[in-house]
Amino acid sequence: MAPLLALRDVDARYGPIHALHGITLTVDEGEIVALLGANGAGKTTTLRAISGTVRRSGSLEFAGRSLGRCGPEAVARLGIAHVPEGRGTFSELTVWENLRLGAYIRRGSLDADVARVLEYFPWIEGRRTQQAGTLSGGEQQMLALARAVMQRPRLLLLDEPSLGLAPLVVGEIFRIVKELNSREGATVLLVEQNARISLASSDRAYVLEVGRVAVDGPSAELAANESIRRSYLGY
Amino acid sequence: MRSSLVVRSVVIGAVALAIALAPFILSDYNRSQGATVAVFFIAILGLNIVTGYTGQISIGHGAFMAIGGYTTAILVHDHGWSELSTIPLAALVGFAAGVIVGVPALRFHGTYLALVTFAVALAVPQVAKNYSHFTGGTEGLVLPAHTGLWLYGVSWAAAAILFVLAWLILRARTGRAFRAVRDSEVAAASSGVSLAAYKTVAFGVSAAFAGVAGSIYVLVNNFVNPDLFGLTLSLYILIGAVVGGLGSLWGVLVGAAFIQLLPIGLTSSHVLSSQSVPVIFGAIVILVMALVPRGAADLLRAIVSLHVRRGSNAPSP
Amino acid sequence: MTALTRTLVPGFRIRNSWIVPLLIAGACVFLVIGSLQSSLFAQQTVSGLANGGIYASLAVALVLIYRATEVINFAQGGLATVTTYVAWQLIDWGLTYWLAFAATLGIAFVGGMLVELVAIRPVERRGNVLTIVIASIGLLILAEGAVGWIWGAQVKFMPSAFPARVFHVGGVAFSFQDIGTIGVSIAAVFVLWLFFRFTKVGLAMRAAAVRPAAARLVGIRVSWMLSLGWGLAAVLGAVSGLMAAASPSVLLQPSMMDGILIYAFAAAVLGGLESPAGAVVGGLSIGVILNLLPTYVDWVAPALLLPVAFVVMLVVLLVKPSGLFGRTRVRKV
Repeated sequence: MAPLLALRDVDARYGPIHALHGITLTVDEGEIVALLGANGAGKTTTLRAISGTVRRSGSLEFAGRSLGRCGPEAVARLGIAHVPEGRGTFSELTVWENLRLGAYIRRGSLDADVARVLEYFPWIEGRRTQQAGTLSGGEQQMLALARAVMQRPRLLLLDEPSLGLAPLVVGEIFRIVKELNSREGATVLLVEQNARISLASSDRAYVLEVGRVAVDGPSAELAANESIRRSYLGY
Repeated sequence: MRSSLVVRSVVIGAVALAIALAPFILSDYNRSQGATVAVFFIAILGLNIVTGYTGQISIGHGAFMAIGGYTTAILVHDHGWSELSTIPLAALVGFAAGVIVGVPALRFHGTYLALVTFAVALAVPQVAKNYSHFTGGTEGLVLPAHTGLWLYGVSWAAAAILFVLAWLILRARTGRAFRAVRDSEVAAASSGVSLAAYKTVAFGVSAAFAGVAGSIYVLVNNFVNPDLFGLTLSLYILIGAVVGGLGSLWGVLVGAAFIQLLPIGLTSSHVLSSQSVPVIFGAIVILVMALVPRGAADLLRAIVSLHVRRGSNAPSP
Repeated sequence: MTALTRTLVPGFRIRNSWIVPLLIAGACVFLVIGSLQSSLFAQQTVSGLANGGIYASLAVALVLIYRATEVINFAQGGLATVTTYVAWQLIDWGLTYWLAFAATLGIAFVGGMLVELVAIRPVERRGNVLTIVIASIGLLILAEGAVGWIWGAQVKFMPSAFPARVFHVGGVAFSFQDIGTIGVSIAAVFVLWLFFRFTKVGLAMRAAAVRPAAARLVGIRVSWMLSLGWGLAAVLGAVSGLMAAASPSVLLQPSMMDGILIYAFAAAVLGGLESPAGAVVGGLSIGVILNLLPTYVDWVAPALLLPVAFVVMLVVLLVKPSGLFGRTRVRKV
């Protein structure tokens, strides 16, 4: 079966800076794939390349369609939800308005989606009118995730969901991600610096180094391989 | 580069010669038109110092011209001064006004400053209208007339002097400091440039230039009233500066010629009525901002460098 | 303002958040008491509010565009002038006033969107704020020039929207003109508020204005939202222009909105350039202040009203640049 997402020889630049050199990776439907590596390795840039937020070249295919000329608005409409670094929450708007925006491209009733979201994040119910910027870091991350769920995406791109959060909250978020994957079959491409929890939560992983794929394979194998862990993942 | 220096000197020489010889082939009326071009030249030069070089937007330079103009008018009309001797005073008064404006302007950046100076451009003529026993109110004051030749000579002499002055200021440390301020305030400040001092001085100098321009403008028109210095004047000076190219001394001449001569050229060739002029101006400004935001000077530079490149490579048409 | 300028030029800042509501409440009390005591005061307050409505609608238009792009549209008044002349033309061709009014709003909406598409977007692509500001000045000159070219510069007569009658409440005479102007202005801003608060597109526009990058990621076409913003701003400008033309003290001529634009600037600055509510409060305040001052202070002649508005703007920018309702912004270094 063809992969849901296939990147082949993708390059990306920030002006004169050449950030990605020939990235090749695939994500199959229903998988959780982790993208690991040190700071500056190109993990965030890869997600940005997929969502069209940065200029890129090379082959990017999603569900058989080329993403080549698509900007972020078009990518979202194709069914990819990108939760960016920094969460991309609309701090000035309310929690409810943030959720509503998640479903912007969808028509029809949102009741079913709202019910689902409240199942995963029951605390949202009482806080609908609270300004999103006043939520705690963990709550904002969960709101960003909830917003992505509202979009009913075929592919979820998560950029550093654990950044700046306490271990307990991080655990909660990863538990929710795994549930989304197992119960709803959500396909996830996850960027993380915290390699340990990412490998524990994902099916496969790619390790990036200086804009290239250095190592890849099933997460369990990578986690068990001490020399790989030590040279690429720092533990 | 030696060759560009030679080219530049030749061009300056040619232009200066053309300006010097022009009055001999022009009618007296056209000479006073030429004097008006000089007035705009000086005003745009001043605006360039504050907007092009230190990056502080001013849409109100007509107000500084008004201050200089009324200084001259009142001194000549009410106190019998000779016209030429009022010009340095107009510069001084302009400088003072510029510093007064420049100090609070330090606290505004970009758009806010544009707002405030826009309001100044509209407010100053109103003040002139109100305090009529100083300014002659709406009717204004009438001044002795002069021949086109005299006006042309005076205005272009002043223009030449001020051009050289501007060139000297901008070449020296002051100029580099100005440009540093424009490009990055933070960097400039951290490298020891006193922001406040330079920005205020820039405003003062710029307003002094405008004051001289206003003073001569009044002499060219041989009267003064608030409408002479309306919003349109401030806007047209800004357009002249922008079309010519902010941050470029050469563009100033292009800009001044543009705002004074283009309307005349259009209407006298009977291609379009005089009322279409603002429409064309506005359209040109938008086009310039969209296509060549750095104005004619940049366009010229681009054309020149294109030629230089073509000359050195072997082209394959 | 950067921290650098703050240390170089010390100023004082109003920090407490209870000062503003107190100020407004105090002002309202002052106005009510004054109106009860003097019928002249009451009349001047009401006609001040009417003028204020005109300034407020234009100010909200300015704020709409500023919030999304940090650009002050210097052509807002000029565009309003164009739409007002369009209305005049429609009436001249035989439409009834309110039909022409409605048609003009529609034309303004489409026109505003087109202007953004044709004149502003090409500039935006290349430029920084300064180039867009200058382009808007070019637009101002173009708009007022177009009006002069098409319709000529002589003053024209615009029929009034409201009956020229006056009605009495407790011995004080109020004009339908004033009440009508206040009503229409408030209604326009209110409808806009409803749109932003309760519709999906309104929400998308707000999102695009505050966080364009995040908005794109949920599928919002930010550039369309920008065009829409300009369209709505043009509609508000049209309302402002139409109400201004209806007022007896404003003549229908190409430069008619120049002064009003300054008052709208002062109103927007007073209220906070990013706050529509602030623009409304600011507009009404400026309207009332500029009506009461000449009545009770001798040396404030009509010619000095513009300079007074300028002084208000200056004082606000020096004392509390974010305005009454704005949040003090930290300028990122």
